[in-house]
Amino acid sequence: MAIWLPRLAIDRWRLAEACQRGEGADAAPLALIAETAQGLRIAAANDAGLAAGAVPGMMLADARAVCPALAVGPSDPGGDRAFLERLALWARRWGPWAAVDEPDGLCVDVTGAAHLFGGEARLLADVEAGCAARGLAARMAIAPTAGAAWALARYGAERAILDSFSPSSLRAERSTPGHHAGRPGVLRGLSPRNDERISEALADLPVAALRLDGAALLVLRRLGLKRLGDLHGIGRDALKRRFRDRSPDANPLLRLDQLLGRRPEPLLPVIAVSAPLVQRRLLEPIRYRELLDRVVADLAADMEHALEARGAGARRLELGLWRVDGDAAFRTLELAAATREAAHIARLFAARLDDVEAGFGIELARLRATWTEPLACEQGALGSAGEEQGTSLAVCIDRLSVRLGAAAVRRPVAHASHIPERAQRWQAPLEPDAPEQEQMMFHARPLKLLDRPEPIEVLYATPDGYPRQFRWRAGLHEVVRVAGPERIAPEWWRQKGSARLRDYYRVEDSVGRRYWIYRHGIAGDGRGGPPLWYLQGLYA
Amino acid sequence: MDLSAFPPVGALLSPFTPAPRWQPGRVGARHSEVFASAEEASGAAAALALWVDGRRAAEGAALEERPWLWVQDAAALRRSGRPYRPGLPAALRRGLIHVAARKAEDALFALEEGVRCRDLAGVIGEIAGNPRALDFTASRRLSLAAERHGVPLFLVRLDAARDLSSARMRWQVRAAMSPPARWNPQAPGAPAWHAELFRARGHVPGEWILTDDEHGLDASQHPGAPDHGDLAAAAGDRSLAAR
Repeated sequence: MAIWLPRLAIDRWRLAEACQRGEGADAAPLALIAETAQGLRIAAANDAGLAAGAVPGMMLADARAVCPALAVGPSDPGGDRAFLERLALWARRWGPWAAVDEPDGLCVDVTGAAHLFGGEARLLADVEAGCAARGLAARMAIAPTAGAAWALARYGAERAILDSFSPSSLRAERSTPGHHAGRPGVLRGLSPRNDERISEALADLPVAALRLDGAALLVLRRLGLKRLGDLHGIGRDALKRRFRDRSPDANPLLRLDQLLGRRPEPLLPVIAVSAPLVQRRLLEPIRYRELLDRVVADLAADMEHALEARGAGARRLELGLWRVDGDAAFRTLELAAATREAAHIARLFAARLDDVEAGFGIELARLRATWTEPLACEQGALGSAGEEQGTSLAVCIDRLSVRLGAAAVRRPVAHASHIPERAQRWQAPLEPDAPEQEQMMFHARPLKLLDRPEPIEVLYATPDGYPRQFRWRAGLHEVVRVAGPERIAPEWWRQKGSARLRDYYRVEDSVGRRYWIYRHGIAGDGRGGPPLWYLQGLYA
Repeated sequence: MDLSAFPPVGALLSPFTPAPRWQPGRVGARHSEVFASAEEASGAAAALALWVDGRRAAEGAALEERPWLWVQDAAALRRSGRPYRPGLPAALRRGLIHVAARKAEDALFALEEGVRCRDLAGVIGEIAGNPRALDFTASRRLSLAAERHGVPLFLVRLDAARDLSSARMRWQVRAAMSPPARWNPQAPGAPAWHAELFRARGHVPGEWILTDDEHGLDASQHPGAPDHGDLAAAAGDRSLAAR
């Protein structure tokens, strides 16, 4: 079932103003405006505004010229989206799950649920009554596929119902999947009989019912294809050649297959999640650190129970401390791996509470787990096992990143690049590895790389010859052995055309110190003056 | 005369035999210090080689890929660079977790948390100079934690004076000329270091040329060092008390 709320923004505004349709503030022409790069543009208008000539998408200045009395209010797309999500949760009263259909619709799965309301027609009447009671203008339709329901809700008759076959036959076909192959004429998914029925029923709808973007609709209009029935006369191959885009928004063939049920269309249902929350109201406001530590330890123990009950572990925790004098302090903690160990949580928070101002005292402490992950129950440590066996890796990393900052504890991972300093990237220690290419065996890379290559002065026999001697950090190094050059060209697909290549040399000096140095550019490459030398790496 | 009634000479001498000389292929100490210059990577490289050598002795030739920690303070990071993954031995690349501490205190905290963690295969620390926070007490804490939890700790001291420390083995390392590379005699070969063990519990001090090739760590007697035989080595700054 698809529900379309064509006047969502205006209905929300009217609810906020608490006036009936066409009365009070709604009686005068009004437009909700959005700021765009070109100026103020009308996002939605009420009935009086539409009658006065304000059309959504029009510039406000143009609308004012047509109707000088037009009142304006700000539009609120974020609020509309949040309202739609709450509405999707509410719409689950008609089906087991509901998805938001941006920007102004909902999709509810009512498969096998219509009989609870006395049939599909009564179900739709119930939906209409529910929406009207909330002051929302809505159009709705029921169809075997989400695409068909979407099309009927927007372009079909009022409360259209397209039932392919009776629920009993649907149930029979679904319950005996093994017989499908044996029965003639029955293919995967919906039967061909079914998609023919859908295409017949929807043949008169405009092509806009395919949920396409503006450019694809323009192409279809220029081709003279105005109705869905027009598309059936054209071979699949021709459509496939004309529309090669893989995104369904721009490909009528994909949309048509989704509409007819030949291609699956997964929808993302909205599910309500509540964050585990524990709190302590304190009879006597606390002003001292030891008491606060005690309260935090109690909260962590409560949180452990709350998380254990749902089989989850916390990844992010937020501690709120409300003061008597009307101020509040918040501390957020992120953990490297899901955990619910009370002692660990309390210890990590203790490191973050040093700078909390207690003022006249803290009267309410609340701990919320804003991000949780599933975590199975484990055998607890027996006796003093934790003291003897040491900590786990996740606990160690949590402690380090709470004290030193998350940016200080990282792990190098390979990155596909020729430039040495770009060939490794840093990520959080417990994140999984991305797939990587094997290292070239003949590349001998240094053990350590300086963060910034340091300029060196080099003596060499010929401009392109081996370096003989160099000075680095006020020390003179006589080159005894050298291997190279290894030429690493700039990445032309990323860097500017004026970037210079690098010739790398592995060198060993007279006392055995091994370095990685490079010459930046070649003499006479037309990309700057004489090439400079840098020292970038230190070999083992 | 039946000589079997007498104890063998070795048993008589045993309380007086000097401690054995260090050699590669044995499980090393839990807490070692490596002194080196910040202008070369020898300190960290020798620490890695000694650690891998000790792990091979304990676990067998094929190393298990386990996480390990490399802690650097800001001065060490600035002066001697950051670990570079493609340059690490292949078995160690995946497990590296790098900690960039701002101060020496933070680095010591990270080292101690590291040796307390049972999942880590080892901890390498790099601290430049002789910070006030790294005194004998701090070093003793690290030794005790490392020995209690069995996680080997190598602390690389860059450009540092030999101060008081409770490390079980203390090395002074500098780069040495590498053996000629196999295919190109002009090129630098396998890494080699001149390593001096100047203070150790259970070993006599000595000097070696360490070479780390694909077969593992190899130690040869330093040609310049006189063979003292059973004589006590020069006192240096080691304790004169009987060991």
